[in-house]
Amino acid sequence: MRYLGGVCAAWVALTGAAFAEEGVEQIGDPVRGAELFQVCGECHEVGTDAAHKVGPVLNGIFFRKVAVFEDFEYSDGIRRARRDGMVWDLEHLDAYLNNPKALVSGTNMVFAGMPEAKDRGDVLAYLRQFSDSPQDIPEAAPTAKPVDVSLTPETLAIVGDPDYGEYLSSECTTCHQVDGDYDGIPAIIGWYDEDFVLAMHAYKQKIRPHPVMQMLAGRLSDEEIAALAAYFGALE
Amino acid sequence: MTINRRTFLGTSIGVAASLSAPMVMGAGHGRPKVVVIGGGAGGATAARYIAKDSKGAIDVTLIEPTRTYYTCFFSNLYMGGFRELSSIGHTYGKLAADYGVNVVHDWAVGIDRDAKTVTLAGGGSLPYDRLILSPGIDFVDGAVPGWDVSAQNKMPHAYKAGSQSELLKAQIESMPQGGTFCMVAPPNPFRCPPGPYERVSMVAHVLKEKNPTAKIIIADPKAKFSKMALFQEGWGNHYDGMIDWIGADFGGDNVQVDPDAMTVTIDGEETKVDVCNVIPAMKAGRICEMAGITDGNWAPVSGHTMQSRIDENIHVLGDACAQGDMPKSGFSANSQAKVAAMAVRGALTGSKVFPAKFSNTCWSLIDTDDGVKVGATYEATDEKIAKVDGFISKTGENAELRQATYEESIGWYAGITSDMFG
Ligand SMILES: Cc1cc2nc3c(=O)[nH]c(=O)nc-3n(C[C@H](O)[C@H](O)[C@H](O)COP(=O)(O)OP(=O)(O)OC[C@H]3O[C@@H](n4cnc5c(N)ncnc54)[C@H](O)[C@@H]3O)c2cc1C
Ligand code: HEC
Ligand code: HEC
Repeated sequence: MRYLGGVCAAWVALTGAAFAEEGVEQIGDPVRGAELFQVCGECHEVGTDAAHKVGPVLNGIFFRKVAVFEDFEYSDGIRRARRDGMVWDLEHLDAYLNNPKALVSGTNMVFAGMPEAKDRGDVLAYLRQFSDSPQDIPEAAPTAKPVDVSLTPETLAIVGDPDYGEYLSSECTTCHQVDGDYDGIPAIIGWYDEDFVLAMHAYKQKIRPHPVMQMLAGRLSDEEIAALAAYFGALE
Repeated sequence: MTINRRTFLGTSIGVAASLSAPMVMGAGHGRPKVVVIGGGAGGATAARYIAKDSKGAIDVTLIEPTRTYYTCFFSNLYMGGFRELSSIGHTYGKLAADYGVNVVHDWAVGIDRDAKTVTLAGGGSLPYDRLILSPGIDFVDGAVPGWDVSAQNKMPHAYKAGSQSELLKAQIESMPQGGTFCMVAPPNPFRCPPGPYERVSMVAHVLKEKNPTAKIIIADPKAKFSKMALFQEGWGNHYDGMIDWIGADFGGDNVQVDPDAMTVTIDGEETKVDVCNVIPAMKAGRICEMAGITDGNWAPVSGHTMQSRIDENIHVLGDACAQGDMPKSGFSANSQAKVAAMAVRGALTGSKVFPAKFSNTCWSLIDTDDGVKVGATYEATDEKIAKVDGFISKTGENAELRQATYEESIGWYAGITSDMFG
């Protein structure tokens, strides 16, 4: 499987355990974060007099509803996340900065992501200074180790049984059309396996919002997700 | 591996069964034959999946009297003016042309379980190795005193879509100003648990525009119903004071109608009404009874394969079967059809069989852009199909989410109908 390392790192972040080895007091270093923010600064402004540029203003981002500005032209994908009730808490911000499209399909934030957990922690510590709700950020680092047994490299390398994938897919095609038509439910054919697997795990872990998909993904095993990714990925 | 006598005897029973099955079935009449009765949510899906996935190895015949199947799902939206009737009509052309299903437009009028044949109203009979029954529902005679099927033009049920839906819609639209619409709701279990209440919402939507002083009465033999809190909240928000729900605790279970006089008597009190939508108690489509596979009103099945508990050569799907926890819905019928299709292929061609899993989601529209949903996942136990996990929309959700839910239901409709008809 391609990009194995990247996928793993992304997953660690999706589980929200990204800051395990960081300092005990803070989620990151805001001073270092200010420097790192320069890469964001190409598109975003923050602070007094900040205005929308390519990306929206990031003041008050913590616990802000996703895609909240009326005067900013957001993508359909991120608007869907808003309608599903997603809020920018630490877990979602971390997942988004790590791999924007794993959390929000079709996002307009054309940014490859920040694979290093420490970098994300620092940028978020910097952004937190511009937020009204710092109480949303846990002051102590999580104690959980950044490992998710269900998504080891072995798991990610599982090659799905195509027959099984085809059978499992029949549960999906009640809603998702196999020819990729969109009539209110997104198309899921022809995706890269990795993107598909990450999206499904994000539903499974209830990081992506949406009760139907959370429920359906919630009972799929890693093998089943792999089989589905292989099956739908091969459809044109 | 070549199969000689020794290795054959040495293989496990499961493998031996799947290897020998096609030989036994195929004996005498070429490709194994599957006959499907009923081209609705369950039957059309099963026919399509068996034909598609067996790639011609199984001969599939679908028996369905109507040339255009009108989905009950979204027929309420038609009543509310959100859909055209033509948009909920579907034909069988693709099943025949693209998947090679033999579509026979006729009624099945008899099943000989010993000879394994189905008799058609137009004469002739069809042999089967496996039979799939998905005939939907019929009404229990005498369920609502004063009403029988001959009264369905005066007091429509509109619980089978098509001309009944058109009739009820026309009656609602020509109600006198300030008139009364009455629904007699059915007892459990029945097709589409939120269906009657979505219908009332759609009727109220029409009346609010055209006839704002009209009244709606629901006489209900039940003390509670699906998505009750959501509907009641929505009725309060959109149609305040228009809808009067009379549940079992208030005499809604004691109802009698007079179709000629257009009166409804609820708990002894007679009311003159302008439109009366009688939805009687239901049972499995009559052909199940004729086949002798019912126990009470429904046909019991095993959740692992959807096989009848009375005859293992017959699978019963959708509204007609008694399976356990799944609501009688189009989504459920479609989901069950896939499990049955896999089991039938496994039995007839030895293809792989995986553990059965099911799911359901039912959307309802309360008013423009105000959609709600309820859903669950299920798995087969030896005893029944059992609910595993579920969710329901919450009261007080914001307008944006409700609109998204409605839009999603439109996506689902497009999805399920292409999953049924290709
Ligand atoms: C108002 C309303 C709203 C609904 N809304 C929804 C919804 O939003 N979502 C949802 O999932 N479900 C909904 N449903 C429920 C859904 O329509 C049914 O559960 C579903 O159609 C059941 O599928 P089925 O295959 O069992 O029967 P059907 O779809 O009714 O198909 C049965 C077919 O069998 C044929 N048939 C019957 N007897 C014979 C015979 N002897 N020989 C040959 N053919 C025969 C009939 O002509 C019919 O076409 C709704 C129902 C109603 C009434
Ligand atoms: C190439 C331009 C670009 C870069 C670089 C970029 N962003 Fe974005 N960002 C966007 C755009 C465009 C959006 C709007 C997304 C959409 O509509 O899907 C966005 C959205 C966001 C949002 C969601 C805002 C909301 O209102 O919901 C956050 C948070 C965010 N970016 C943070 C960052 C951070 C932190 C960085 C640096 C690590 C960064 N972005 C880098 C363009 C960029
Ligand atoms: C009941 C209808 C329904 C069923 C069944 C269903 N989905 Fe979904 N799916 C949706 C909806 C609605 C969305 C959009 C959710 C959101 O807003 O995040 C979605 C989103 C997705 C996405 C993300 C798409 C994107 O563009 O971000 C993937 C991937 C997906 N589904 C895969 C599946 C798979 C695999 C199955 C079968 C196991 C399945 N779905 C079954 C309704 C369904």
